[in-house]
Amino acid sequence: MLRLEKLNKYYRVGTHSLHVLRDIELEVADGEFVAIMGASGSGKSTLLNILGILDDYESGEYWLGDTLIRNLTEHKSANYRNRFIGFVFQSFNLLPFKTALENVALPLYYQGITRRKRNQIAGQYLERVGLRDWAEHTPVEMSGGQKQRVAIARALIAKPRLILADEPTGALDSETSKQIMDLLSEIHQSGITVLVVTHDAEIASRTQRTIRLKDGKVMSPSDLLSSTSHPSITIPAVT
Amino acid sequence: MLIILLKAIGLGALFAVALALVVAVIFLLVAFVSMGWVALRQWRDIFSLDRWTEVMVTIGRSKLRTTLTLISVAWGIFVLVFLLGLGRGLNNGARHEFARDAVNSLMFFANKTSIPHQGYDVGRRITLDNRDYEAAKQVDGVDHISGQFFIKGGFMGGREMMTKRGGKANAFQINAVHPDAIYVKTSHKLAQGRFLTDTDIVQRRKAVVIGQGIAEYLFPEGIGPIGEWIEVANVPFQVVGVFTDSEGQENERQLYIPVSTAQLAFNGQDHLGMLEMTVGDASTAESKAIVDKITAQLAERHQFAPDDVQAVRVRNTVEQFERFSMIFFMISVFVVVIGLGTLAAGVVGVSNIMMIAVKERTKEIGVRKALGATPNSIVFMIIQESVFLTGIAGLIGLSGGVFLLDAVGKAKLTDFILDPGIDLRIGIAATLFLMAAGALAGYFPARAAARVNPIHALRDQ
Repeated sequence: MLRLEKLNKYYRVGTHSLHVLRDIELEVADGEFVAIMGASGSGKSTLLNILGILDDYESGEYWLGDTLIRNLTEHKSANYRNRFIGFVFQSFNLLPFKTALENVALPLYYQGITRRKRNQIAGQYLERVGLRDWAEHTPVEMSGGQKQRVAIARALIAKPRLILADEPTGALDSETSKQIMDLLSEIHQSGITVLVVTHDAEIASRTQRTIRLKDGKVMSPSDLLSSTSHPSITIPAVT
Repeated sequence: MLIILLKAIGLGALFAVALALVVAVIFLLVAFVSMGWVALRQWRDIFSLDRWTEVMVTIGRSKLRTTLTLISVAWGIFVLVFLLGLGRGLNNGARHEFARDAVNSLMFFANKTSIPHQGYDVGRRITLDNRDYEAAKQVDGVDHISGQFFIKGGFMGGREMMTKRGGKANAFQINAVHPDAIYVKTSHKLAQGRFLTDTDIVQRRKAVVIGQGIAEYLFPEGIGPIGEWIEVANVPFQVVGVFTDSEGQENERQLYIPVSTAQLAFNGQDHLGMLEMTVGDASTAESKAIVDKITAQLAERHQFAPDDVQAVRVRNTVEQFERFSMIFFMISVFVVVIGLGTLAAGVVGVSNIMMIAVKERTKEIGVRKALGATPNSIVFMIIQESVFLTGIAGLIGLSGGVFLLDAVGKAKLTDFILDPGIDLRIGIAATLFLMAAGALAGYFPARAAARVNPIHALRDQ
């Protein structure tokens, strides 16, 4: 599905150059359910940016399917984001002035599908996440769990091959979190690759595999061993 | 030394302003070219019904933002249109007020001396006469000229006399003049018969030209007054003409008789109380030269000091009109400056709102980008929204301003405001200007927001 080879990313901060991702080697197979864990500042969000084709990188290679994702035109990268990747965010990021139905239908707008057609498809996806009756409600009127379901329906509507979920349960209580993870598992079982970024070990345990990031590096099993024998003080992410 | 320094500073300031202007123009050019480039890439969106639906939904559901933009733009255009229209109304009003008298006339009134001269004491009364009229007639630049004799013993210092026909009698203003008086009183228009002629003067005929008001008063039965005899100050006169006046009925309650007849009939010798003339299209300076020349002639003949402004009082409407024109021109300039200031405030307001609106929408932009929108399509959508909103608001302000101007024009609050109105092109240009400003103000932050990687924005709670 996707493969990162010796990928490096720097941020320029004033005159300094911050090395955020160091020689990242990563492979995710088709249909896998993977968690990426790491503390704040470990490079999680940068990695997510790159995987989501929202940011470029300095060296190395990022293969999505058979395509090398590098120096794409804005038009191409927008097209890839639209058709291959579905995003799920911690803070849902629904457009507040649109109804649930319109929010779900938005990716199809950027595919040039007519309003009528896309609203019809959006209705089906809302049904799939159990919110058919909430189609005409705006996000303000919905609970956190409902909003995340709408967001998941939106991520699915363009039939992507990869779902990128950034702390999808970070703003939800444990019961709702469980339901959302059930939904993500269900999506995974339908054959879509799901990548969840989290700092919650419990969430990570629901996936098939966990990749740990620390200081911009993917930690090998030996690193893991040393870190568990000497538990360091970790500051929980406040995002 | 100091002057050179001041000049240097002045030049420096001028240079700085010019430089700032050049920089601003270049900046705007670059901005519009880059915005135009985006528009060129996204032109299909202009004709996309779906896109407009999207824009309408966004505008319709962001009520506060929409309202603020509408108010700030509409108000700017409204005030601009109203002020410009009012400025024009003031100008029209002033011109109309002055059209009453010829705006190229000079008047010389005989008065008393105020400076001792050639052994004469002050306070000596000066009396003009027919020779003064003949002399002034020869002065270059004098177009039409008439003397006027004031009959002694009448009402209003000799200007009103009893006029009778049969049992009807009333006091009317009487003007004993030369034939050219009809050209000096520009608001008069001959309705019937003729005005006084040179023959009337030479033969001292008892001819009279009466105003429409007098004709209606003395001839209520509807007889044509031409050829009829009436009594003016107990002297019979034959009516030869009737005039109307464009300034209203009050001016139609006067009559004109030959100056020579009046001088003979009312014991006036060859005396004149006033000289009145038009000077064609003379400039203020030319009119002053004519005044100086005639005053000098009068001073020599009547032996008063040439610099004695009291001996013969002069009224120069050319100069007066220029002064008033200047005042109204300054008012117009002031109004335009205020209008432009309002427009500038509108630009700043729109820019502010657009910038804040885009800032507020950083998250939305991030979402759209993550869902597959290209940065250009996002930027263009925001431009479309802002142009549409400012356009509608401009239209509202424009029609509001025109409507109010129309109301003010119809209300006729004062004579000084006449037919206020604006050149519609100016209003439309101002609206386009605000639309461009709004688009530009939305363009930069939108472009910046569309370029930023959205994950960061999207992670904000």
